Amino acid sequence: MIDFSILIDAVYLVAVIFFILGLRAMSSPETARRGIVQAGGAMLAAVVVTFLTPGLAPSNFAWIAAGVFVGGGAGYVWAKKVQMTAMPQMVAVFNGMGGGAAGAIAAIELLSSMSDPASTGLSLAGAVIGSVSIAGSVIAFLKLQGWMRQRPLTFPGQLGVNLAVLALGVAFGVYAAVSQNAFFLGPFFLFTILYGILLALPIGGADMPVVISLFNALTGIAVALDGFALVNGPLGDAGYAMVVAGTLVGAAGSLLTILMARAMNRSLTNVLFSAFGAKEEEGASVQGSLKPIQPDDAAVMMAYAGSVIIAPGYGMAVAQAQGKVKELADLLEQRGVDVRFAIHPVAGRMPGHMNVLLAEAGVNYDKLFDRDEINGQFPQTDVVLVIGANDVVNPAAHRAGSPLQGMPILDVDQAKDVLVIKRGQGKGFAGIENDLFYKENCHMIYGDARDVVTKLVAALKRSSS
Amino acid sequence: MSADVWTALLIAILAAFVGYEVISRVPVLLHTPLMSGSNFIHGIVLVGAIVALGLSTTLLEQIIGFVAVVMGAMNVTGGYVVTERILTMFDRSKRPKSGGGTP
Repeated sequence: MIDFSILIDAVYLVAVIFFILGLRAMSSPETARRGIVQAGGAMLAAVVVTFLTPGLAPSNFAWIAAGVFVGGGAGYVWAKKVQMTAMPQMVAVFNGMGGGAAGAIAAIELLSSMSDPASTGLSLAGAVIGSVSIAGSVIAFLKLQGWMRQRPLTFPGQLGVNLAVLALGVAFGVYAAVSQNAFFLGPFFLFTILYGILLALPIGGADMPVVISLFNALTGIAVALDGFALVNGPLGDAGYAMVVAGTLVGAAGSLLTILMARAMNRSLTNVLFSAFGAKEEEGASVQGSLKPIQPDDAAVMMAYAGSVIIAPGYGMAVAQAQGKVKELADLLEQRGVDVRFAIHPVAGRMPGHMNVLLAEAGVNYDKLFDRDEINGQFPQTDVVLVIGANDVVNPAAHRAGSPLQGMPILDVDQAKDVLVIKRGQGKGFAGIENDLFYKENCHMIYGDARDVVTKLVAALKRSSS
Repeated sequence: MSADVWTALLIAILAAFVGYEVISRVPVLLHTPLMSGSNFIHGIVLVGAIVALGLSTTLLEQIIGFVAVVMGAMNVTGGYVVTERILTMFDRSKRPKSGGGTP
């Protein structure tokens, strides 16, 4: 029998390098795709050489192959078919799968190496985090998919109950390890999974992306912990690769989570434990009135403007209006209007989501500006067209006492005129009245975003022919 | 704790700093693919799942190991396909016609 250990080690080493380079390539849209393709090749090589690991029972190979085929096939089909608007919940699912796999590996480690205290401790930690990650991710998926109420679910003494459940789960795990009785792993997983569910329940739909990012980081850490436990055993090579890749993701995910929370001017603890959106603001009164405008008049306003900034929100994506918006922007540009897009960091359902949706529609990413780049430009802008965005353009964020207070927003109300396309008179994701709609320079166009933009496009075509 | 775990811990600390440095350079524009891309990278868990199932001796271990392999494979495949799909949209060489816009 040939010893493949050196080959396996070398492939893992190269794979890890390509993972880092793949993430690094994402610093520019020009190089990003190449980076991920290389990382994908490296991953494939790492998986293939793992079959050569000495000591694996050949009788289990059929099961491994079947598992890879089933899981890989399901992941491939789903990922190919999914709409870009449904991206956040899909990331949640795939992330949950990773967390579940990490938890399952930890379970096997616990069953087989109950005697080694270091491995046992690491595996227990990996199992806790993995179970929390899969349970929480599933709840996140259900909420974002609309299969479950998005509103935060709260009950008195929630935090205490949650912590008690977690403590109970960990106690069962420790007892299973100390008594070397695998039976207690059952309640251990039951309670840690329950904790993951309880953790995600009080979080509203608007905050879910932050939580998905957090679970992403947690899965990375769970994978790294599993890796630690494997390193200690006779087959450490796979463990080192898992430690590096898992830690990379853990660090990356944590940073991204903090950036996202900061974009909403909230701390992570506030996101996790405050049940944001469950309460209505009290005693706030809004001055002014809502002023509806017809699409034809709105089209004229934009056609004769020098500069237009489009501020899209998730409502645009829900109505699948991206393609029409791109057409509108092109028509305006043909008339010599300067058209730009203002993208709020949490527009859409995850950071960068809006950029992806507009890129899919064919909008050049040079025209997409993030909040910091464009916020100073609004006072010099003739018309801002807000499409299906609400909370991220709400000037209430500048008012003391508002639940949105301090949230960084797009200051669209600074522009000469603001047009808002809105489906109805309902409130935004956060459930808060929008001061912008009542301002003197703001006009409302009610209707489905796609229908309205289609009318705007038609009106522009008529006026130019 | 064995020397191996200490070595791994040292590597993990370095990897955490590398992760932090690399991610802080990614523009907001690409934060969605970054999230799904890092999702794909923790799909390395599949390697651990294969080893765990391969070493399984009891039926219970085999069942859990099989579940781990299915989940890991789904994680890694789905994460990769989605990330590649998104990044293709941002790749000008792949979409020569649609990017235009400037008259």
